[in-house]
Amino acid sequence: MAEPLSPRGGDDCPLQRRAVVAEILRERGERLVVSGLGAPTWDVAAAGDTPRTFPLWGAMGGAVMVGLGLALAQPSQRVLVITGDGEMLMGIGALATVAAMVPTNLAIVVLDNERYGETGMQATHTAGVCDLAGIAIAAGLPRSRTVRRHADLEAALPEIRDAPGPVFVDIKVTADDLPLVTPPKDGTHLKERFRRAVLGADA
Amino acid sequence: MPETGSIGADSDATAWPAAIHAALTAHGVRQVAYVPDAGRRTLIELCRADPAMTAVPLTTEEEGVALLAGAWLGGERGALLMQSSGLGNCINMLSLTKVCRFPLLMLLTMRGEWAEANPWQVPMGQITEDLLRTTDVLRFRAEQATEVGAVVDAAARMAFEGSAAAAVVIAQRLIGAKTFDG
Repeated sequence: MAEPLSPRGGDDCPLQRRAVVAEILRERGERLVVSGLGAPTWDVAAAGDTPRTFPLWGAMGGAVMVGLGLALAQPSQRVLVITGDGEMLMGIGALATVAAMVPTNLAIVVLDNERYGETGMQATHTAGVCDLAGIAIAAGLPRSRTVRRHADLEAALPEIRDAPGPVFVDIKVTADDLPLVTPPKDGTHLKERFRRAVLGADA
Repeated sequence: MPETGSIGADSDATAWPAAIHAALTAHGVRQVAYVPDAGRRTLIELCRADPAMTAVPLTTEEEGVALLAGAWLGGERGALLMQSSGLGNCINMLSLTKVCRFPLLMLLTMRGEWAEANPWQVPMGQITEDLLRTTDVLRFRAEQATEVGAVVDAAARMAFEGSAAAAVVIAQRLIGAKTFDG
């Protein structure tokens, strides 16, 4: 790859969240993105704010369900949910709901730093024995995996971007405390710009 | 529990669910999210059987609030069906609805207000309307089977035309209180 995911390069280096998100969203095309509150929303903004992203600043536990409603409404569009481990854990039942609906155009990416990054880096349950990809598989999402190294990510990228879903990928990332890069925060503005981008004159 | 026994139902068991289904159809509702509830079993069956609707079973009611925000982002209207006890599960997620001004149509079948045989349903039933007031959700109430369709129509109009959260509270007396006689 021309753009190493770590400044140090190499398969054994831990993955860094902003580089991972930039890689996922490189050649993003028309894909729609819902980002979970906190660091994933900053990471997606750092990759370039666009009207086709709906960044959550709250609604903890709701990112996957917003993505599901969008995916069901727009079955011809690829929908990516990019969220964090704490946000995913708060709405973990959503994985069972996604499995019940089988949206083939939905991919869920968890940036798993095993921490609550916005509140002081306290450990989440994934810092212990909790395995999110294992939960996803057991919820009924067989296309689930954990990514720990660059080589794993290379294999997961085509699944995230295009493979028939629902796809679930838990990406272990380093617990970096990075500078904030914020998208707009006015909810009505974010909603209206997204609908105009997706629905055009019908919005 | 079997749902055979009921006290106080003043309605035909299938007429009011059909009226709600017709109102949802008239307003172009496509996604119907629900946590099941015996009192609304017929309505859920009608929605599941309708090829124009996608019925989405939830693990908890707050999922439906987020789901229907996503549906609206993608150009679809929705409705969220729950028992009154489910409203408590939605409170924080209603921030999403309010701060973004998403339309949200909720239908709440009441427990804990009329001939309720299960005291564990009473605490939430008694504060359901207060919670709707506190969370700034427009309130509508249907007491009789014959008015349910018109009430849902009015609520849907104000939700979708006004980008607002609106809830129709369907009285437990209308549904008939579940009994535990076995």
